[in-house]
Amino acid sequence: MISSSLNSSNYSFFDKLKSVDYFLILLVLLIGAISVFAIYSTESGDFSFYTKNHLVRLVAFFLLFLVLSFVRVSTWYRYAYIFYFLGLLLLLLVIFFGISASGSKRWINLFVFNLQPSELMKIAVIVCFARYYHRIQSVDIESYKYLMLPIMLLLIPCYLVITQPDLGTAILIAGSGIAIIWLAGLNIKYFIYSGLMVIVSLPFVVSILKPYQKSRILTFFNPERDPLGAGYQIIQSKIAIGSGGMYGKGFLQGTQSYLEFLPEKHTDFIFTLFSEEFGFLGSILLIFLYVLLIYRIIKIGFSCRSFFAKLYCFGFSSALFLYVFVNIAMVVGLLPIVGAPLPIMSYGGSSMLSIMIGLSIVMSCKIYSQEIVSN
Amino acid sequence: MIKRASNSDKNKIINRRLFILGSAKVGLLGLITSRLYNLQISEKKKYEILSDKNRFREWKTPPKRGVITDFYNNIIADNKRVYQVYLSLDEAKDFHSSIFKLKNIIGLSDDELSKIYEKRQKIKPWDTIMVSENLSWEKFSKLNLYLHEIDGVKPVLSTSRYYPYSNDLVHIVGYVGEANADDILKNKKIEENFVPGLKVGKIGIENSTDQILIGKYGIKRYEVNSSGKKIKEISYKKETQGENLRTTIDIEVQRLAQKLLDNKAGSICAMDIYSGEIIALASSPTYDPNKFIHGIKKKDWNEIKNNELRPLVNKSIAGLYSPGSTIKPLVALAALEYGIINPKLKVKCKGHEHPYELYGQKYHCWKKEGHGIMSLRNAIKQSCDIYFYEVARLLGVDKLSIIAKRYGLGSKVLENIFPEEKKGLVPSTKWKKQVLEQSWYLGETVITGIGQGYIQTTPLQLCLMTAQLANGGFKIKPSIIYNNNFNYEEILSKIQSEKNKPIEANILQDRNINLYEKLYKNSNNIEFVLEAMYGSTNEQFGTSFRSRHKDKKYRYAGKTGTSQVRRITEKERELDLDTSEIEYKNRDHALFVAFAPYAKPKYAISVLVEHGGSGSKVAAPLANKLIKKIIDRDKEREIKRKELKNI
Repeated sequence: MISSSLNSSNYSFFDKLKSVDYFLILLVLLIGAISVFAIYSTESGDFSFYTKNHLVRLVAFFLLFLVLSFVRVSTWYRYAYIFYFLGLLLLLLVIFFGISASGSKRWINLFVFNLQPSELMKIAVIVCFARYYHRIQSVDIESYKYLMLPIMLLLIPCYLVITQPDLGTAILIAGSGIAIIWLAGLNIKYFIYSGLMVIVSLPFVVSILKPYQKSRILTFFNPERDPLGAGYQIIQSKIAIGSGGMYGKGFLQGTQSYLEFLPEKHTDFIFTLFSEEFGFLGSILLIFLYVLLIYRIIKIGFSCRSFFAKLYCFGFSSALFLYVFVNIAMVVGLLPIVGAPLPIMSYGGSSMLSIMIGLSIVMSCKIYSQEIVSN
Repeated sequence: MIKRASNSDKNKIINRRLFILGSAKVGLLGLITSRLYNLQISEKKKYEILSDKNRFREWKTPPKRGVITDFYNNIIADNKRVYQVYLSLDEAKDFHSSIFKLKNIIGLSDDELSKIYEKRQKIKPWDTIMVSENLSWEKFSKLNLYLHEIDGVKPVLSTSRYYPYSNDLVHIVGYVGEANADDILKNKKIEENFVPGLKVGKIGIENSTDQILIGKYGIKRYEVNSSGKKIKEISYKKETQGENLRTTIDIEVQRLAQKLLDNKAGSICAMDIYSGEIIALASSPTYDPNKFIHGIKKKDWNEIKNNELRPLVNKSIAGLYSPGSTIKPLVALAALEYGIINPKLKVKCKGHEHPYELYGQKYHCWKKEGHGIMSLRNAIKQSCDIYFYEVARLLGVDKLSIIAKRYGLGSKVLENIFPEEKKGLVPSTKWKKQVLEQSWYLGETVITGIGQGYIQTTPLQLCLMTAQLANGGFKIKPSIIYNNNFNYEEILSKIQSEKNKPIEANILQDRNINLYEKLYKNSNNIEFVLEAMYGSTNEQFGTSFRSRHKDKKYRYAGKTGTSQVRRITEKERELDLDTSEIEYKNRDHALFVAFAPYAKPKYAISVLVEHGGSGSKVAAPLANKLIKKIIDRDKEREIKRKELKNI
């Protein structure tokens, strides 16, 4: 077979190094550097707890990213389902051994740091679905036999995450999975039908939402209804971004965050802080870096031979876009506050870990782009 | 081959789907970008203002009050440095231990402690609390020594009102206290300038001239964090001190007047008979206004409140008394002006055994033995009641009422300065009909002739009456706050030219008379009365003869008065008790009015001693000392007046 000659697992180390996407690494480093400065600014220019932690995690997970990049893409393929079920297992463990903070149970204590399995699930779903659709022929996709399984695979983790409760992450997991189903070529009518179903079932969904989630959604439509309570975050975030203007207030000069008007400035609202200090131009630049990163991942996807790698890269790029979009749309008041971190920028180990793992699989797709994957 | 074809199909589908997804992403990116543009470029101004609103807070700082001086620049209401102690709640790690240590160092009473704990409930946890408003220097320096041991304590240098002459001026100047809701509602200027802790005038001049004294608050702008804690000061617009105020009071005369009234209840007033400037306005007993500034202690307040001699009442303007015989010159003047009597009219005063009788009612003279045959001049000089019963009967109460009102009785003298000022009462037949709905009896006219009955006056009114007689019968307007535009010479020349103007036909009717216009019909009548008062003080048998000045420089003319506080029974009249033998509250009030120097009158005074007994024995001797002081100070006043004119 011609394929077997190409399916050479004997890449030399030099070959591997040569095929590493250095531009991708540069982008990750750039965003990583910006994130350190942003976290540094949340502590009013004090190199202390958050900045130190963030820097350590960034460096550690970046190294992990580099190391994992050399794991064969076929290995990822092989262990894709195991990765998924491991994630599921961890989510189940959260229910029994999880630790709670501010009303939700999301973390597992790993002694080194608290792991948030739902973050890992974000990647696991993509890997799992990429593998699932790798083998399925276009003609079979429409059949119920092949449709029910991915829906089940998606609903279970989403349900577990929603009940933590963590609506934001659940939406991101669902979004990533749906993106791959879409890419695999499921007929558009299914998406239209299910979209309509979601709209119809919305009243029912609203009725089972937690009060704080309901209030967040109501507040999204009118933040002024509760300016000191649920609307406070979004009002203050908009004030911070708006008052940044074209050029921003300057590094470490963001009064909204420095004077503690801005809530959650390390995590979900890190973009707000950045935007306040660096203005419209800075924000556009940061968004542009993300766009480049996403573009680069798509480009890698094109260069891949296997459907698994392609679907993974396209799927991950879409997920990444979704993370960035949901986070920014949320802090500028285009979406309700659901709690979604900005990849790399936000303070938080699990989010950083999952992004770095996700990127390392992309890199592996690049390095082993010509590898044919199979069981 | 089939697989290959299907693979390329799959590839196509994926690529197409990716393209659609990519387009959607571009669209969403556009959405975010336009939103950012909207927030940061189009609506930047709006959000900038909101951000500033978030981070800036303004604190008003209380203005310094204007200083009040007497006529000679002696400060009578001052701002002095005070040492205060505050406790910053968020810096004090343990509130209770800090307060406990403070208590030991500066000595806080249980009362003060409970007040502090009470205040603490009301304020925010990052605010500061005032522990002591006015600390002595010793305690303040002791505290500074231990400062490092107590966290959160802030020693502060501040200013506070201080009245250097304490008791001597409280009825005039009043005092300040913390502004309350009432003060803010009543006075627009206070409302505009209100700052927590602002001190405003509570009574007296401090109260009525708040407008001038209060000044303008300052503004301190701070950057604050989300919980309201001050981070740093951004700007400080200094407060402006209120304007200074000069009064017409001569502190030397005032202090003497106050001293003369020591251990008595009463009043002394003194004024310039041309300008109407009040030189002294004493009221006794008095109290220390400094005690009120930082909130008076309960014990002190009770002491003042429960004093039977009523120190809180400014007797010069709010005390009402029957004028007694001090009104006799006015009764004589009225009778002469209306042509009712001739000075040569003779009336025989036959003593208590043969009193004046009217419709079976008996009216006695104060003198048991009687004065014998009296003419008008003698009757004023020796203050014969029988004579004035007859004059009053002939004159009638309504004519007397017109003249009495004209010379200053029955209406407020200073009007707006002291809200507690009393109008007094000048009765007339019309008044009695309207107010009491009864008709007037002739007997009431008769006793009004000797200043008893319904008639009620304040000591300041009597002083004004005397001044308007002494200046030759011209209307003046008394004042206690110095007016910079005041020109003394101009007043004198106005009066001089008024003197030469023809007398208006309706002069004796009940009509309004303008400032510096004449009050009389015939100046001879005024002169006659003044001359009779001279006799009363400077001739033998005159009622104030014993209190006269022999030195021509100080020679003055006056009229005594002894006003009964109740009707004297026949039995008491027979007993003829000495003042000291009568119960205090039943004793007569002693009055005296006078003007000086007689040769060229310039000042008028009134003296009143509540329940002092006889005017000639108690009130006139005080006038003697007072007049000497006023005349001694006259030259200095002239110099000062010229100096002020040249500014």
